[in-house]
Amino acid sequence: MSKQVLLIEDEPNIIEAISFILSRDGWTVKTHSNGADALDILRDRKPDVVILDVMLPGKSGYDILRELREDPVNAAMPVLVLTARGQSKDREIAERAGCNAFMTKPFSNADMLETVRRLAGT
Amino acid sequence: MPRDTLTGSRIRERRVMAGIKQSELAKRADISPSYLNLIEHNRRRIGGKLLINIADALGVEPTSLTEGAETALLATLREAASNTDMGEGEFARVEEFAGRFPGWAALLAESQRRIETLQSSVEALTDRLTHDPHLAASLHEMLSTVTAIRSAASILAEPEDIEPEWQRRFNRNIYEDSARLADTSRSLAHYLEASDTEATETNAPQDEVDAVFNKTGFHIPALERDVADVEDVTAVLGEGVSHSARWLLHRTLRRYRDDAARMPLAVCADAVAETGSDPVALAARFGTDVASAMRRLASLPDDLLAEPVGLAICDGSCVTTFRKPLPDFPLPRLGAGCALWPLYRSLARPMMVHSEVMEQSARTSARYRAYAIAQPTGPVRAGQDVLFESHMLVVPEPSRDIAEPIHEVGLTCRICPNSSCEGRREPSIMGTTDARRF
Repeated sequence: MSKQVLLIEDEPNIIEAISFILSRDGWTVKTHSNGADALDILRDRKPDVVILDVMLPGKSGYDILRELREDPVNAAMPVLVLTARGQSKDREIAERAGCNAFMTKPFSNADMLETVRRLAGT
Repeated sequence: MPRDTLTGSRIRERRVMAGIKQSELAKRADISPSYLNLIEHNRRRIGGKLLINIADALGVEPTSLTEGAETALLATLREAASNTDMGEGEFARVEEFAGRFPGWAALLAESQRRIETLQSSVEALTDRLTHDPHLAASLHEMLSTVTAIRSAASILAEPEDIEPEWQRRFNRNIYEDSARLADTSRSLAHYLEASDTEATETNAPQDEVDAVFNKTGFHIPALERDVADVEDVTAVLGEGVSHSARWLLHRTLRRYRDDAARMPLAVCADAVAETGSDPVALAARFGTDVASAMRRLASLPDDLLAEPVGLAICDGSCVTTFRKPLPDFPLPRLGAGCALWPLYRSLARPMMVHSEVMEQSARTSARYRAYAIAQPTGPVRAGQDVLFESHMLVVPEPSRDIAEPIHEVGLTCRICPNSSCEGRREPSIMGTTDARRF
């Protein structure tokens, strides 16, 4: 069975591009666009890798990540934080919240693919 | 507390200018030269008959020897000095400087005010870059769009074959996103151009409104008429000010019109003839709230009151939204004033009218009665939190013996000598009260 990526992002054309790149590489890509209930989806689906945007409607990606890590069951779930803000303090916030990788927009498709592969340990 | 400390310096100045020897002046005033010497070095107080004699001998008015530079000027000069590492000895000579070189002192004070204004506009601009929500939102939107375009474009640019359907889809996405990017960048450019014109008017909106009132005065006859059009008056008075300043001005003038309608000028004239500048009495007379009565007193023509009154209004964050300073009671243009002012203290006890006598530390003998009250900014609604704003009316009072306690307050921490003040938020540049005693 192919590994599953859950993409939490609200920009339709970014969703489409990332889904295309990852699907072509053999991943099953599920997407979700709302921050408010993203945590429930994460707990249900238990994806192999999460790509999490920071600026989401409803709830920020940082808050979602922090709450996810509060549950020991999800402490090790690999999360890639995606944000348009790339200052060192943004990276720090993401790391403190418990991300495994950090990527700024705009990203290169090759980097995205490589990072997701690395996080899944393949 | 030091009162007028410079009469001696002024006598010396006048004598030297008139080319009279110390011994000669002493002889004319019928005192010993050594005593005159002490007076001229401000080591002996002088007043009464002796002062009149000396003024006579010098051929000047006695008041020209006792009246020094204005306190507002001195405060600004002290502010200017506070930004330097000027020694205490030199610093203590500020009054002497202002007294002897009034023109240069005024120039220095003006430069200092200009620097403050520029500093605040630099701060406003820096603030805009980091905190401007519109700017942040636009940049975020642009970066998102660029991200989508870049991702889709690199998929299309790859050497691998892509199914025609996907190809069409990404082409369309890129087309749509590029149109969006064009829109966002255009509106951002517009926004930045607009900020540019605003930024050239180096003043904060509050400063612009202050300038309007300082130019036209605080009494506005056009708003005293039965039919007063606030829009018209705003348009006339607010000509050439920025958009934000006009908004602020309009709000202030609308309040003025409402106050004037409730408390007509003719009736006010009778009322103040009876009860003076007492906002509580005025409020009782018209059945209004005390804050409205304070604003009304501050807007009356100068000849109605015994002496002009000052007014400060601040919101719940203690930012001054209206300022009518008095010559001897300047209200700080930037930043907050003295934490001891009832203006701020009343926010902790809303709806209570504070009334107290105060004197400013390190100042000439000017004494004031301050009335202050914090009132809700709008209508009170069930189950909803209330925002307060505070008014403080400053009424000059004669310095006579009274049983009431006199509160010593400052102007702002940096130029206040009261070293043991609980409300201090930054060190004073003035040394302690004792050290300042001559």
